[in-house]
Amino acid sequence: MTKDVVLDHVSIRFGGYTAVENAHLTIRGGEFFSFLGPSGCGKTTLLRCISGFVQPSAGRVLIGGEDMRNVGPNKRPTALIFQNLALFPLLTVAENIAFPLEVRRVGRKQRRKRADELLEMIALPGTGDKKVHELSGGQKQRVAIARALAAEPDILLLDEPLSALDLKLRQHMRTELRAIQQRVGLTFIYITHDQGEALTMSDQVAVMNAGVIEQIDNPETIYNRPRTPFVASFVGESNAIHGVVLSQTGRLATLDTPLGPLTGQAAGGRTYLPKERCTLFVRPEQLFIADTPPEVNTIKAKRVNEEFEGSIRTLYLQAGGEALRLYHMNAAVSAALASGDGAVTVSFKPEQATILPDDPALSG
Amino acid sequence: MTSLARFSRDFSSRHGTGAASFVVAAVLFWIVFLILLPQLAMLDVSFRHNLPRPEVGGPRDVHTLDNYRYFLFGNSGGAALNALDIGVLTKTLVAAVLVTVLDILLCYPIAFILAHSASGAGARLMVIGLIVPFWINDILRAFAFRILFGATGVINGVGLSLGLWDQPIDFIRADVALYAGLAYTYVLLMVFSIYNAVETLDRNQIEAARDMGASWWRVHWRIVLPVAKPGIASGATMVFMLTAGALAAPQILGGPSNLWFTQLIYQWFNDAGDWARGSAYATILLVVCLAFVFLMMRIFRVSIGAIGR
Ligand SMILES: Nc1ncnc2c1ncn2[C@@H]1O[C@H](COP(=O)(O)OP(=O)(O)OP(=O)(O)O)[C@@H](O)[C@H]1O
Ligand SMILES: [Mg+2]
Repeated sequence: MTKDVVLDHVSIRFGGYTAVENAHLTIRGGEFFSFLGPSGCGKTTLLRCISGFVQPSAGRVLIGGEDMRNVGPNKRPTALIFQNLALFPLLTVAENIAFPLEVRRVGRKQRRKRADELLEMIALPGTGDKKVHELSGGQKQRVAIARALAAEPDILLLDEPLSALDLKLRQHMRTELRAIQQRVGLTFIYITHDQGEALTMSDQVAVMNAGVIEQIDNPETIYNRPRTPFVASFVGESNAIHGVVLSQTGRLATLDTPLGPLTGQAAGGRTYLPKERCTLFVRPEQLFIADTPPEVNTIKAKRVNEEFEGSIRTLYLQAGGEALRLYHMNAAVSAALASGDGAVTVSFKPEQATILPDDPALSG
Repeated sequence: MTSLARFSRDFSSRHGTGAASFVVAAVLFWIVFLILLPQLAMLDVSFRHNLPRPEVGGPRDVHTLDNYRYFLFGNSGGAALNALDIGVLTKTLVAAVLVTVLDILLCYPIAFILAHSASGAGARLMVIGLIVPFWINDILRAFAFRILFGATGVINGVGLSLGLWDQPIDFIRADVALYAGLAYTYVLLMVFSIYNAVETLDRNQIEAARDMGASWWRVHWRIVLPVAKPGIASGATMVFMLTAGALAAPQILGGPSNLWFTQLIYQWFNDAGDWARGSAYATILLVVCLAFVFLMMRIFRVSIGAIGR
C-alpha cells in the first residue's frame, strides 16, 4: 500500500551547473520527511525531480520499487503543492479542489460531494462557490492541500507551503499539517528553509547545502548530533570554538582552544589525531553559569551585553577573544548574574558539545 | 466620459496639468475629427441622392433611403432581393470568419509556445521570423502569394513533381490563395494578442494541472484557454474587421468571379462615381460587422472590458 521513495545516486545538472549532487536516500511510506536547507540549495529542484518535472542527469528515482524514468508527472502517484500554491484563479474553490477528479472523469455531482467533504476537513465548509482570490492566505493554503489530497496520491510533496504566511498562522498550520498527515497516513515530503518547521513536524530530516545532502536523521539527532559544521551552524544556534586536538579518550576529545582546554564529543564516533584542527560546537542553551568551579570545561568569560526575552535571557559573553552566546532560563537563580563586575564562569557538559573536523574532506 | 474625466485628473496629478491637457486634447481631436466627424459625414451622404454638383444644396438634395433600398432590392423596386450584393456581403463575412478561425488555430499554439516553451534564442528567432515578413509591402506580399499559388507556382510545382496531384490545381479560383494571404497578413496581430493574454498565466498552474493527471488537451481546455480567451477575442475582432475591410488582397488574390464587398464599395465610389451609394455600402459593411462582432462576444461571453486589457 504505502510506497517508498528511493533516490538512487541522483544528480541534477542544468548545463554546467550542478543543482543536486548525488542524493542517495530512502523515504519510507507514511513518513513525514523534510528537506531543510538555505535558499537556492536545490530543494525545489529535487522535489520537481521526484514529481517528474525534471529528469535526473544521473541516477534513478524509484517510487514503490518502480523506476520512474519514463513516467510523466501526470502518471506518478505524487501530488505537488507548489511554492506559490498554483491554484487556478478562474475556477471556483470547489472546482479547484475537484480538478483531479474532473481529470478522472468523475461525475459532476460526485465531484461536488467530494469537494464539500474535503472543505469540511480543512475547516472551510461553505466556501466552495467562492473564487480563489476571495480567500485569505491561510485559506488558500488549505485549499491547495485539499486539492492535492483530492488526487489521492500516495505521496504528497510540499514546497515551502507555509513560507508566505505570518508567524501565528504558520505555527497553527504546522500543527494542522502534521495532524492531516497522521490522519490520512500519507507520505509527506516537505521542503523548507525554516528549521523550526522541519524539526517540529518531521520524522526524518535531510539537511541540504549547495546541492549536497549533508545529513539525514531524525530531528533530535540532527539537533543534538550534527555530523558536519554546516549542519551544526545551520540548524539551531551554535557557538563555534576553533582549536586543535590535544587528546582523545573513548568518545570524548579535548581541544586546545583560546578559551583553554575544552572537552566535547567526537562526532559520529570519530577518532582524532593530536594536532588535528577541529571546531567545537556548543548550543547557547547548553552553556550554563557555573556558580561552583566545574570539573571540566571551565570558561572564564566577561558579560558584554544581555537581552531579556521573557522566558529566557540571552547573555553575550566574551572569552579568549571569542564571542559566546548563552541562554539563561529566567526561572533559574544565579548568584553570578547579580554580581556587578561582569566576570562569570561558564561551562557545559562534554556529552552536549560536538567536535567536528575543519577539513571539509573529512566531514560528512 | 466620467472615466475620461477621472483619467485626466489622475494623469494631471502625476504628469502636470500641461501634459494632461495635451493628452486629453490629442485624444479628443483624434476621436472627434478623425473618426467621428468623417463617419457622420459619410452616414449623412449615404442618405442622399447622387446629384450633379450644381444641384447639391438645391431643392432635390433631400434625405432618402434609396441607397439602402438598392442594396436590399436592386433595381427591382421591392419585388425581388438583390441577391448579387447580399450574396457578396454574406460571402465576405463567411470568408472573414474563416480567415479569423484559421488565424486562431494557427496562432494559439505559436503564442503558447512563445510564451511558455520557447526560451532565449529560440523565442527571439521565432519573433523575428514573425516580424521580418512584414517589412515587405502589402501589395508585394499579395503578388508573392499569387506566384506561390499560381498554376506554375512553387506549390503546384512541388505537388506535381512529388506526384501528389497530376493536374495543376487552380488555387486562385478556389480562393485558397486569398484565404492564405489574408490569414498570413494578420498572423502577427493574432499572435501578439493571444501572447499578451497567455503570457500572464503562471507556469506553475500548467504544471499543477499536469501533476494532477490532466492530459495536454485538458490543460489547454480548462487552464490555458480561459486565460487566452480575452486575447483571442481581441485578436479575432481585429482580424475579422480588417479582413472584412481588406481591399488589396482580394483585388490581387481573389478569383476572377469572386467579389469582396469592399470591391463593391470601391466600384461605387470610383468606377460609378456614386459617393452616396458607396457611403451607404460602406455603412452597411461597418454596421453588419459590428453587429456580428457583438453577437460573437455575447455568445462567447467576452466583455468589452476584457478585450481592452
Ligand atoms: N531550470 C533551471 N535552469 C537552470 N538553473 C536552475 C533551474 N532551476 C533551478 N536552477 C538553479 O538551481 C539552484 C537551486 O534552485 P532551487 O529552486 O532548487 O532552490 P531552492 O532550494 O528551492 O531555493 P528556495 O528556497 O529559494 O526556493 C538555483 O541556483 C537555481 O538557479
Ligand atoms: Mg524552492
